[in-house]
Amino acid sequence: MSKKITVGPVGYMPQSAPSMGVELSPEGKALLYGNIVEEEEAMRDAAKALLTMDNPTIFPGPMVLWDWKEDVAEKSGAILDLASEIPGCKIIPMPDYRPKYPKIDVKAEINPNHPNLTILDNKIKACVFIGVHCHYANLTLRMIRAGTACYTVAMCAEMGHEEAMASIRDVHAADVLRFRDIIIEVRNELGIEYTTTMPPENPSLPKEDWGSLTPSDYGEYRSLIMSKKGEHVTAVE
Amino acid sequence: MSLNKTLVDMNYLLKEAPREQHFITGAQAMAEAVKRASCDMAIAYPITPQSEVMHLVGDIYAQGHIKEYYRAEEELGTMSAIAGAARGGVRMFTATSGPGLLRGLEAIVSWPGHRIPCVLGVLTRVVNAPLSIQPDNIEMAYLMHSGIVMLHAENQQDTFDMTLAAFAITEKVDVYIPVSVSTEGFFVTHAKGYVDMMSDELAFTECDPYKAPVPAMDNEVPPARIQRDAPVQKSNFMSYLIHSVWQQEIWDCNKRAMKYIYEYLDGPIEVTNPNAKVMLVASGCAAAQAREANRYAEEEGLDVGFVKVRAIRPFPTDELNAALAGAECVIVPEHNIIGWLSKEVKAAIPNGGIVVEGPRVYGGMTLPVELIMTEIYDALGMDSLVLQA
Repeated sequence: MSKKITVGPVGYMPQSAPSMGVELSPEGKALLYGNIVEEEEAMRDAAKALLTMDNPTIFPGPMVLWDWKEDVAEKSGAILDLASEIPGCKIIPMPDYRPKYPKIDVKAEINPNHPNLTILDNKIKACVFIGVHCHYANLTLRMIRAGTACYTVAMCAEMGHEEAMASIRDVHAADVLRFRDIIIEVRNELGIEYTTTMPPENPSLPKEDWGSLTPSDYGEYRSLIMSKKGEHVTAVE
Repeated sequence: MSLNKTLVDMNYLLKEAPREQHFITGAQAMAEAVKRASCDMAIAYPITPQSEVMHLVGDIYAQGHIKEYYRAEEELGTMSAIAGAARGGVRMFTATSGPGLLRGLEAIVSWPGHRIPCVLGVLTRVVNAPLSIQPDNIEMAYLMHSGIVMLHAENQQDTFDMTLAAFAITEKVDVYIPVSVSTEGFFVTHAKGYVDMMSDELAFTECDPYKAPVPAMDNEVPPARIQRDAPVQKSNFMSYLIHSVWQQEIWDCNKRAMKYIYEYLDGPIEVTNPNAKVMLVASGCAAAQAREANRYAEEEGLDVGFVKVRAIRPFPTDELNAALAGAECVIVPEHNIIGWLSKEVKAAIPNGGIVVEGPRVYGGMTLPVELIMTEIYDALGMDSLVLQA
């Protein structure tokens, strides 16, 4: 198979995968290095990458981080199951798409406006994006391909992503669990001994200490919690 | 919908639903398409008198086919409000013409980047001084580099079908940028033609705002957030990179629209006699005249073919290359002075030197078939004056 889309860094000014002739896979198929293949083939290659490359990480996006519709909790549970079968796997969320200024906490989160920073700082060589809105996933995947040496897997609820090395489309909870099963299968084939372990707590997230909060902790939102001059707030929730 | 309609998918609506023939204007055809599109809202500053599309859309709002409609303060306000409403999650339509389009252009060119799914009717007219309200499609040149998907209708039937298809294409998750349907003002908008239409008791499936590549707008996510705290307005490499890949994404979306143009409209071009020595390539109203010239040529036994270009963006480069592979001369008649289509065709094929840039008419002039025939005779080395006599 000729690889149209490869692990980066591809350079300063990346060419987009669609402009290189890569097309989204039809229903029931997947993309692997820009080629249309069977889903299992893409999953097996992705599994091998996640099991053999350094610091495998799952980046869950807003659509699986918030319980906003019926099937989300089941899918999120499946993602935890998936992570627990990948040795050394971390979970670093993409909770929203806001640019993080003046500085992103790269241990705590990833951001579509500068995803390279999280990938590079954590020395991540293989990762999975899931639950990220397609527009932001495409930008993120392209920037990672441009500036890092990271194998990207896109597990998309819609049509998939041309920019990822492996792209699985129409992903529901059952598909995540199928990928988990393939991870276990490939892990056994590679002779990797491992006991199912939940990924570590995100070490960088500060412990919430509501007692010492001051208005300045709310940054630009402080005006929302501070009473205005002459205003007396009497009712509280 | 406020009316009790049967909702169906676009493939059924366009290809399977029984149709009846009507004799209506192009403006009516566009409004009739909107009537069947489960459009939530229309906003307009209806430029008069070039197109009565938005007046007619106002009528169908009054009849209950559209949930909300209002007249904005002017075109920039219209196009800005379209963006806000669409990103709020509703299906939107507006239409404009010439100077109105250019006045709204600042907002329109930001639509693709903000991932605005909406349908824009462009009923072309002269935009330059001295003032004229006559047909001339130079305004389409200004849209060609905006990133939006552009369809160009030849006649009333095209206007109806393309407008309906546009509603489906714009909301595809892998597209999700605006789709414009252009046609020549007056020649199509004010003239009647036969249009086969399905019952207006049928309508396109309603908009699902959650099936989108971006979250519905709120104050914490772009585009609203971008306007307040733009990652792209910082002076550093990452800011430039996000902007560049964002721009790439818009043109990728544009490219992805091609498969839906095949699905709903039978492809971006229509070809007659593809192996001819002389090929006519035209879009919109000029395609109707080129089609007629092709018929004349056929009657005279001349080796002439015809390509009608339906999609201006994405531009059908591969398709044109295949259709024009055997041509020794390509004639591109147009309704504008700059010849935007001939420039596109020239750039698309490896032997651009065979393109004849014209004939062109503008400022409201009609395009006589005889002008095209003269170019055909010249291309074939015939004495056109004798033959025309």
